[in-house]
Amino acid sequence: MSDAITIAGYALREAVRRRVLLVVALLTAVFLGLFALAAFEAFDSLETNGGGIVSIDERALAGGTLLGLAMFVALFLGVVLAVFLTLDAVRGDAERGLLQPLVVRPVGRTTLLIGRLLAASFVCASYVVVVFLLAVLITRAAGDFTPSSLVVPAAGLALGVVTVVAVSLLGTTVLSTTANGIAVFMVFATGLAAGLLGQIGEGLEVDALTTASSIVSWIVPFEALYQNGLHALTSDIGGATGVIVQLGPFGGASNVGAAIWPWAVAWSAIVLALAALTFHRRDL
Amino acid sequence: MPAALSARGLSKRYGKTTALDGVDLEVAPGELVGLLGPNGAGKSTLVKIACGLVRPTAGEAQVGGAAAGSREARASTGYLAELFRFPAWASAEEVLALHQRLARSDGGAAEREALLARVGLDGEGGRRMATMSKGMQQRLGIAQALIGAPRLVLLDEPTSALDPGGRRTVRDLLVGLREQGVGVLLNSHLLSEIELVCDRVVIIDGGRVVTQGRPQDLTAPGGVEVETSGGVRRLPDARREDVPRIVRELVADGAEVYGVRVVTGTLEDAYLAAVVGRDG
Repeated sequence: MSDAITIAGYALREAVRRRVLLVVALLTAVFLGLFALAAFEAFDSLETNGGGIVSIDERALAGGTLLGLAMFVALFLGVVLAVFLTLDAVRGDAERGLLQPLVVRPVGRTTLLIGRLLAASFVCASYVVVVFLLAVLITRAAGDFTPSSLVVPAAGLALGVVTVVAVSLLGTTVLSTTANGIAVFMVFATGLAAGLLGQIGEGLEVDALTTASSIVSWIVPFEALYQNGLHALTSDIGGATGVIVQLGPFGGASNVGAAIWPWAVAWSAIVLALAALTFHRRDL
Repeated sequence: MPAALSARGLSKRYGKTTALDGVDLEVAPGELVGLLGPNGAGKSTLVKIACGLVRPTAGEAQVGGAAAGSREARASTGYLAELFRFPAWASAEEVLALHQRLARSDGGAAEREALLARVGLDGEGGRRMATMSKGMQQRLGIAQALIGAPRLVLLDEPTSALDPGGRRTVRDLLVGLREQGVGVLLNSHLLSEIELVCDRVVIIDGGRVVTQGRPQDLTAPGGVEVETSGGVRRLPDARREDVPRIVRELVADGAEVYGVRVVTGTLEDAYLAAVVGRDG
C-alpha cells in the first residue's frame, strides 16, 4: 500500500506542479461567480415579480433548478479533470518514456494503477464535493433555499467521478492519449444522453425509453448516481413544483435505490481489475 | 553464486516479426558484457525482457536466479532505457528520491549526493529536468539506475547524448561497478566504448547471437610493424610471439630498431565481419 501512496503522491505533485489544479481553481472561481450572479438575480426577480402560477413554489423551483445546474456542472468539470489527470497514465507515458523507469522498480503494475486511481479520485472527488457545497452555500445566501439532502448528491458526484477515473485508466492501457480522451468523453456523453432520453420517455410515457435509460445508467453508473443525487436534492418538494423540478432540465431525477452504491464501487473495482489485466499483458 | 543475468532460448515475436530467436546469454557477477548489433537486431528487446518490460514468447531469463520481471528480479536490477524521460517539473533530487522509495533504498540524502557526484552532477540536485541538457538527463538516468546497489545493471545506449568527458565518466563508473561485483549488460553502438571497457562482447543480428567472446579474441591479428634505420617494414603474417625473434634477426643483420608495433584488427572490423558478412 505504501507503494501505491508513493505513486499517488507523485501523481498529485505532478498535478500541482503542472498547474493543472491552479487552472481548475481559477476556472471554477469564474463558474461560481457566474452561478452566484445567476442565483441572486433569479431570487431577486422572484421577489420583484411576485407570485405567478399559484400552485408553484417558485423559490423551490428556482433553488432546485439552480442546484441541478450546479450538480451538472460539477459533474462535467469533475469528469474533465478526471480525464485530463489520467488519460495518458499508461500508454501516453510509455510512449514518452516516462513510465518505463517506474515500472522496472519492484512496484507492481497493479499498484501503479491503484496509485493513479487514488490520486485522481482524491482530487476529482474532493473537487466535485467542494464545488457542489459552495453552490449550495451560494443558493442559500441568495434565496434562503436549502436542498432536501446534501450527502446523497455530494457522495453521488464523488463516486461518479471515481467511476470515470476507472474508465479512463482502463482506456489508457490500450488507447493513445487522444483516443482515450475522446473515448471517455463519448462514454460520459452516452450516459448523459441516456438520462435525457429517460426524461423524455417519462414525460411522454414511453416505457421502452425509460427502460433503456435505466439500463444504460446502470451500465455507466455515474449517470445513475447523478440521477439519484438530483432526486435526493429535491425529494421533499411536493406537488406540481416537485414534479417539474424532478423532471428538471439537466437529466431526469430518479431514485435508483440503495444498490447503486455497492454496485458503483464493485463496478469501479471490476474496471480497475480489467485495466490491471490489460496493463500486465502489455509490452512496454 | 547465480549469474547476474542468464537467458536460455529467449525468443520474442511481435506478430509476424521475430525480434529474438533463441538467444542464450549470460552475464556473470562483476562482468561487463557489451551487446552489439545493427538497428533492429533485437538488442533493446533483449534488455527489456531482462528488466521485465517485455514478456518473452519462448525461453526464459533469470536475474540472480529469479525469473526476469519478478518482484525479486526487479529489486536487484538497475535499468536505463534508450528512450526515457523524467518529468519536466521534477528536480534531480526529487527524481532520485522517488526512485529510492520505489526501490526501497534507505540510502537517503547521502546516497543521492554520492550518485550525483558519481555521474558528474555534483551540486545539481535542485535543478529541474526542464532546464537540464539531454546529456545531463542521461547522467541522471545512469544515477537513477544505480539506486539501491543493484546486482545487475542494464544500460541501453547510456552514452548516446554524452560529450567525451561524460563518456569517460561513464567508463570509469562501469569499471567501478565491475570492482563491486555488479554484472553489467551494456547495449551501445559505440564500438570504441565497448572495446575499452567490456570483458566480453556479444554480437546479435536478426534476433540471434552471431558471435561472442573477449574483445581481444574477436579482433583478428594484423601482423607486426618494425621501424628500423631502413624504414618501416610490415610483416603481415607475424604474431606477437614472433617479435623477439624478428628483433634479434634484424639486429644481427646490422639494422637499428627504433620501434615495434603488433598490429591487431579493431572491434569494428570484427563487428562488420560478423554482421555485414552475414548480410552479404
